[in-house]
Amino acid sequence: MSYSDSLSKALDAAGACEGARIEAESGGRTYRGVLMPHHEFSSPDVLIIKIGSGYNVGVRMWPESKITVLDRPHEAHKKEDAVPVADGLPSISLIGTGGTIASYVDYRTGAVHPALSASDMVNAVPEIRDVANVSAKVLFSIFSENMNVEHWQKLAEAVAEEMNNGADAVIVPHGTDTMGYTAAALSFMLEGLTGPVVLVGAQRSSDRPSSDASSNLLAAARFCTAGHRAGVFVVMHDSLGDDSFAVHAGTRVRKMHTSRRDAFHSVNAPPVAHIDSSGTIEPHVPEKPAHGKVIVKNAMERNTVLLQYYPGMSPGLFDDIITRSKGIVISGSGLGHVNENMVPLIRKACDNGSVVVITSQCLSGSTNLNVYNTGRDMLSAGAISVGDMLPETAYVKLMWALANTRDVEEAKNLMKRPIRSDTGDRRTVDV
Amino acid sequence: MSEEMKCGIEIHQQLETGKLFCSCDSALCETGKGAYFRKLRPTTGETGEIDRAALVQFKRGMGFRYQRCDEASCLVELDEEPPHPVNESALETALTYACMLDADVIDEIQFMRKIVVDGSNTSGFQRTSLISTGGSVEVNGRKIGILSICLEEDAARKIETKGDEVTYRLDRLGIPLVEVATAPDMTTPEEVMEVALRLGTLLRATKKVKRGIGTIREDVNISIPGGARIEIKGVQELRMLPDFVRNEIGRQKMLLRIKDVLADRGTQEALFEPVDVTAVLKDCPSKVIKGALDDKGKVIAVRLRGFAGVMNGDDGTLRLGSEMAQYARTKGVKGIFHSDELPNYGIEQQHVDALREALRLPPDEAFVICAAAEKRANEALRTAVERANEALKGVPEETRDPQPDGTTRYSRPLPGAARMYPETDVPPEEITQERLERIRSNLPEFPEQTEARLTEKYGINRQQASQLVRQSHDELFSEISDAYGMAAVAATMLTNTYTELERDGSSPESVSDASVMELFSLLKQARFSKEAVPALLREMASGTGVEAAIKKLGLESVDSGEAAGIISKIVKEREEFVRSKGMDAAGPLMGPVMGALRGKLDGKQASDLLEAAIKKLISKE
Repeated sequence: MSYSDSLSKALDAAGACEGARIEAESGGRTYRGVLMPHHEFSSPDVLIIKIGSGYNVGVRMWPESKITVLDRPHEAHKKEDAVPVADGLPSISLIGTGGTIASYVDYRTGAVHPALSASDMVNAVPEIRDVANVSAKVLFSIFSENMNVEHWQKLAEAVAEEMNNGADAVIVPHGTDTMGYTAAALSFMLEGLTGPVVLVGAQRSSDRPSSDASSNLLAAARFCTAGHRAGVFVVMHDSLGDDSFAVHAGTRVRKMHTSRRDAFHSVNAPPVAHIDSSGTIEPHVPEKPAHGKVIVKNAMERNTVLLQYYPGMSPGLFDDIITRSKGIVISGSGLGHVNENMVPLIRKACDNGSVVVITSQCLSGSTNLNVYNTGRDMLSAGAISVGDMLPETAYVKLMWALANTRDVEEAKNLMKRPIRSDTGDRRTVDV
Repeated sequence: MSEEMKCGIEIHQQLETGKLFCSCDSALCETGKGAYFRKLRPTTGETGEIDRAALVQFKRGMGFRYQRCDEASCLVELDEEPPHPVNESALETALTYACMLDADVIDEIQFMRKIVVDGSNTSGFQRTSLISTGGSVEVNGRKIGILSICLEEDAARKIETKGDEVTYRLDRLGIPLVEVATAPDMTTPEEVMEVALRLGTLLRATKKVKRGIGTIREDVNISIPGGARIEIKGVQELRMLPDFVRNEIGRQKMLLRIKDVLADRGTQEALFEPVDVTAVLKDCPSKVIKGALDDKGKVIAVRLRGFAGVMNGDDGTLRLGSEMAQYARTKGVKGIFHSDELPNYGIEQQHVDALREALRLPPDEAFVICAAAEKRANEALRTAVERANEALKGVPEETRDPQPDGTTRYSRPLPGAARMYPETDVPPEEITQERLERIRSNLPEFPEQTEARLTEKYGINRQQASQLVRQSHDELFSEISDAYGMAAVAATMLTNTYTELERDGSSPESVSDASVMELFSLLKQARFSKEAVPALLREMASGTGVEAAIKKLGLESVDSGEAAGIISKIVKEREEFVRSKGMDAAGPLMGPVMGALRGKLDGKQASDLLEAAIKKLISKE
């Protein structure tokens, strides 16, 4: 909620802006302090003032209340330290995209800033300079819920450019909400990676002393400099403590908790590596880096949808959506099922030349449409199932497959085959 | 003393409303589970600079472990889930208290994050809000100003410190605290206690506060003219407040005397010039020095020209040395030795002479030594010398820790302005005029009103009523009296008996209200006599149940037949005496009778039975 008209006018008339020292006289009391930004949930007639003790107080203003400006806002000058380059250390490029890892509060006004400059991010973790020479740039400054397919495409180009310009590794600080999708998208879009591309996020913003941003970033840097690995990964906390981190394959990772530090899990596959607080890395799947240039294949078929089946799903309601889409991923129940009344719609889409891909909303375990009648009917209708691939990964992969193959059959074959460790045949008891 | 000191207090009272930002029990747990490891990183401030001291601590690898508790902690305490909306009952209590002190309540309450990086908050900050400014409290006809009332969350409990790791338990984290700060209006040590007592009693009048040790903590700010503001943090025992104040005034006066002595001498700031004197003391029998040298440590010395006689002098009334040692200890050494206290502690005159020679000091000049790992000894001595130099200026501003003997010890410099920024996860809470009106017209009973009600309704005297209220026993008292009558017995027990037991080191407050009610229910059934109450209560305070206590102490009432038998036996044994005295024997015989029947029989009943027995014996003549 913003200020009421009358309060806006009163502030303008007094020449009071955020950060100014003001005196507010209201209801027989006087408060002096710095005018703070208006909170979204504050009442429209309330001014927020940071008083001498450091506390913010909300002061209700009446028509007869008075505002006097005592002092203009002071500009805070930020020092930008040049980052020294050390010989013999690997070089890491940092590409900022925004998100919690890159959000902070201006202590003076209390305003939440969506982006920290990339160099701020490096400076906030000075230890990172002991393991690598880090250069940084900001590509986007958005929360990950606002991340779109175009952003994936631009990011893929930026990553390839850094690698092709000699970076040994690229770290992408990213909002956590859709980090799994972006990791999958980069996994498919980048070919011939010469080093690791690591997405890293934070569940607690960097302005808090308890933020996980810096420890995740440092763990990512340590993984990057351990050498001889290539691929797209996500590095986050592996437990509630700041002493254990996991490296996940970009196509296998999913945010499984709304708020915990260890929200990210590898599903249907073990994490690629564990990193402990001393920096010791235990890799499970060493992937060999390629040589030569990184190639970007970032075309995506945008007419692709991801649907979750639910009891009561109405074929009528979805008819139009499914008919108009080139690619349809359905997150089915159990082994991958939908209500039998949806099967004619699947047949219609397939006959239409669309690709219908079945995954499971159980997430853990593989789909299998051969076990029950409904499943067999779905296969007969033309749907394909993609083993233990995550629904989100299947959605991203289908967009990519449809845009990077010549025909539907080729796209279907690509979907069923693991190309970036995105699906697998073996699931052991431990994962 | 009255024109000399200025004193203000801050009281932190835990509320019994459940936690401030989650739905956990606000109870302490005997044990904790797990030990989640965390680090707290100093964050960049508004100028892009990191607090250097905090960074040093972080780089040193200081880490924290957190133990969770099943019922008393959840993901919120672990900083794994955002805070829930503020506990309405806690907020209502803080608002009520503000109205009771006639304070100006803030129109829209804003929660803040106050940066705290010692690990006591998993988030690295304490959530706190200013509820009101202004207001006052009247004590003995004097009006003491109130500066602020805040509602904030309590910190985690420190369990142990091992090397660079501190372990905390999360049960206490998030318990709501009402913090009330007074203006520096108090002028005597006794007044400080009276004001604290009054503010505490008013808090308890809300009926929403926790009771018992550790649930209320006082910080005291004291200064005298020419002295400096000293904060004594975390006093738990109210009755010790005057001692702390008195001792602090004495300490500041002592430091001012030292300042004058040094000024008369023309003493200049001592330079920190450490000299390795390990070789001089390598054969010294001092245990401290031997121990340090065995650990590959060194003995370092620093000259303190012009400081002789003030570190420990004038018959021990000047004690700068102990202030210096307190500073040195914050750097992790066991202590320091200064020349005013030597020879002693195994350091003999020959060593002192050798030290002066090594330091090229004349016989009357001062020095200080420290035995520890070289780096640590140097750090400790640097701090000690800095503290000595402060004495030239007078009293340095400090935060001090209260000690059980009423003195205090240096803990750290006074903190600067707190770094606070908005807690964006908790929405602001508008306090409407209607809500305030409703609170104001439903204020809880004030202590005076409660006292008047107790005297009137239960017929106890005003002094007892006042004590019941001050010690928060008024509710239990009313409950007992309403259920079982016996108001006089209940009042005596809750005032005199409780005080006596506490004086003897017993803790009657640990007996639950339910157990006390049971005690009275059995008393009502005449299972024991009212004389047995103190003994039973003492037994119950050590953890015994009511029934078990009665059995253990053998206080089961005797019926009057059995009692008559015991009494007539006592009379018979003293037949000759009784016959000679006649009915006058009753008085002297009450002693042995009560000795045999105390607690088992009402005194009046015993006396009646005794008289009957005497009469019977005499009439047989």
